[in-house]
Formats: sequence, structure tokens, C-alpha cells
Amino acid sequence: MSKKERLVAAIENGTVIDHIPSEKTFQVVNLLQLQKLATPVTIGYNFSSKMVGTKGIIKVSDKFFTDAEISRLSVVAPNVVLNIIKDYEVVEKKKVVTPDELRGIVRCNNPKCITNNEPMPTIFNVVDKTEGILKCHYCDKEQHIDKVELC
Amino acid sequence: MEKHNFVNIQCLSGEQLLYLIEMAQEFEKHPNRELLKGKVVATLFYEPSTRTRLSFETAANRLGARVIGFTDAKVSSVSKGETLKDTILMVSNYADTIVMRHHIEGAAQYASEVAPVPIVNAGDGAHQHPSQCLLDLYSIHQTQGTLENLNIYLVGDLKYGRTVHSLIMAMRHFNPTFHFIAPKELAMPEEYKLYCHEHGIRFTEHEDFTPEIIAGADILYMTRVQKERFSDLMEYERVKNVYILHRDMLSMAKPNMRVLHPLPRVNEIAYDVDDSPHAYYIQQARNGLFAREAIFCHCLGISLEEVRNDKTIL
Repeated sequence: MSKKERLVAAIENGTVIDHIPSEKTFQVVNLLQLQKLATPVTIGYNFSSKMVGTKGIIKVSDKFFTDAEISRLSVVAPNVVLNIIKDYEVVEKKKVVTPDELRGIVRCNNPKCITNNEPMPTIFNVVDKTEGILKCHYCDKEQHIDKVELC
Repeated sequence: MEKHNFVNIQCLSGEQLLYLIEMAQEFEKHPNRELLKGKVVATLFYEPSTRTRLSFETAANRLGARVIGFTDAKVSSVSKGETLKDTILMVSNYADTIVMRHHIEGAAQYASEVAPVPIVNAGDGAHQHPSQCLLDLYSIHQTQGTLENLNIYLVGDLKYGRTVHSLIMAMRHFNPTFHFIAPKELAMPEEYKLYCHEHGIRFTEHEDFTPEIIAGADILYMTRVQKERFSDLMEYERVKNVYILHRDMLSMAKPNMRVLHPLPRVNEIAYDVDDSPHAYYIQQARNGLFAREAIFCHCLGISLEEVRNDKTIL
């Protein structure tokens, strides 16, 4: 891509998170706690995208996310791509992998579940990765990954 | 021996269940002992449940333990806003094991993760009631001499009845055949039928409750059909008398067939069944004592071997 067409300024080192569905952009920001970073962060959204209609792009300088951090994204934006940038070049593309367990990421839909009645983190087991079925470790209620709220 | 929590039934293997049943058999022979002398058992009942609490407290007392606790969250620090975690940690300072009943689902699991002492789940909302399940298994074993290859007929409210759901999960180790007898509105939920498919458990569904259907049963497990469970009251009026067991319905029953019920009953088993040789629900409740004595020993690290060689029998 030429410099003229570039949507957002390039970064020297860091991570570019691409193909975020536009409306999920700020959820990704929250999930990765980007607002707490001290390094430069560029957040863009409503760019046209062949893959997802309109997309968001986030560029984070001098930050490389752990696999655990990346797996948190599976709840809101399972198809995002993380480009690892070193010296202005993409050296690696990472995809989000749905983990076997989600800790402290989503709420349980069951109002009578202990996790909604005590100050404590939730734990979900991902029982079906293709269908996106989660099972609460505490109350055993199964719920769909699209129908759960973030903590 | 290591200590255990007793929080849910489905995490126990078939071997572990039979082990606990064998232990309960020892307690049926000699219920009064001093195996837990010097121990303190706490019973924390965040919602009232008289018979479960009495059964646990009797089990603790008959093993020589002393009992502390509360019978209603209103009299505990919960009413001051204390979290479950803090209550459990506080009581762990005093007691060797904690029996808890809570209206919130998953409360016992969470307690077991924060407590340094074993937790016994005495019911957590609509979720689990594993000691009831163990006494049901014990009753089935005592009346049939085995848990293997039995025809178990579940009758009444199969939608909300947690005892029947737990029974399906616990029996999966023993090649059962289930029959689900319920009105449409209270039929066995899909998730449990799926569970049966996944675990190779055979089942048949019926809406009729007749002597011909009962004739195939080894165990007839009755539950209460409650009016408040129906969205359509016409439907309730139509079915309310269908799932009531009368003595004349037992005419074709197998000699070994026994009628179980988690109690309390309202009218779903007519009084004329009480004198039938098939009736077992009162003994079933008594079995709760032996099952809970076994649960205490399991939790506090006392082995079957130690129970068999016990010199503290009174």
C-alpha cells in the first residue's frame, strides 16, 4: 500500500489490530485496556472494508500483546488480525484463537448465579468453539458467546 | 487421607459413588459412633430447609461432632452486607467443615474455592443438591441390590425438578434405562435429553401414567407437580390429577419395584400407597442420615477402611 493510500500513520514498532467490526472498536480498546497505556495509540473506525463492511483499525506503538491478551478478543471480535510490526515491516500476523476458558471477561446471564451476587471474577468453559457455547463454571448455565456481556 | 469437598454429584465417578454407598451401609449398621469426636461442623443455612438441616445435624451429632451455625440468613452478618467469601473465611476459623445451603446458584462451588476447610453443598438454588442425590442412589441400591441396568421411571415435574436431573447424571455410570412421565409443560428439558444421547443413556417419554406403564419399572421416582410452575392454568387443571399415584395403579408392578419421592409430598402419592410393600419414601428419608454420615467422613478424610475398623461404635 502506498503512503498516499495509507489510512492511518505507520508505526515503527508495535501492533496493528485490523479488521475490527467498526462498532466493536471501543470494546477492543476496553478489553485490551489500551486507555491505560503510556505509548502512542491510534484508534480509527468507519473505514470501508470488504471483509466486515466498515472496520476499525488500532495501532499501538511499542506494545506486543500476549496470547492470553489476544484470546480475550475472541468474545467481541473473533476475526480480527494482529499485525506485529518491527522496523515498519509486518513480521507476523496473529489470529485470535478462542481459548478453552474465559476468566473475568464476560458476565453470566443467570441473575441467580453467584458471580452476579459476589465481587468475584467469572469463569467460563468454552464447550463448543465452532458454535460458540460457553458454560458457567459456577452455575453450569450454557450461553452463547454472542449473547453475553463483557464484565 | 485427603479431605474433599462435596459440592456436585456429576464430578464423582461410578467407583466413588459406590464407595460412598458402601460407607453409608456401614453407618446403617451402626449409626452412632464417635468418629468425629472433637470436631466442629458448621451448618450455614442462607435459606430455610428444615429437613435437610436436621438430617445433616443429626448425622454430625450421631458421629460425635458438635454443631454450630445459623438457620436463616437474617440472623447472620449477611444482613449487614457481609460477602459470602468473608462469612466462609470467618466460619473456617471455627469449624472443621461447613455445610451450606444457599439460594444462589454456584455458591457452594465458590465457597469451596475460597475455604480452607471442606464444603458440603446442602443445596444451591435450582442448581445442585448432591446429598439428596446420594441418598437417592443409596435407596436405589438398597432396594435393588445394585445400581446396574435398572429401569428408572421419573414422574411429575421433570422440567424444574433438580433431583431428577441430578439422578440422570449420577446414574450415567450404571447403564440405566429411563422413562420420563410428565405433562407437556413440565417435560424433561432438551439439555438433559441431549445429555442422555451424549452418554448413551436410553430413555422413553410418556404423557400417560398408567398401571401398564408402571409395570416395567424397578424404581418409580415421584415428584410434585406444582401449580405455580404452569403458565397455562387450564393445562394445570387438566393434568393435576393425572400424575397422582394410587395403590390400585401398582397392581401390575414388579415385586422388586419401589416408589421413591424426595419429599415433602402434597397429594402426588395417595395415602393408601403408604402401606404397600412398594412404598419406600419414608425409609428413603431415613437413608439421608446414613448418606450424610458418609459425606462427613468423605469430606474429613476418614476412609471406608477406618469406618469398618472403627472402635468408637456406641
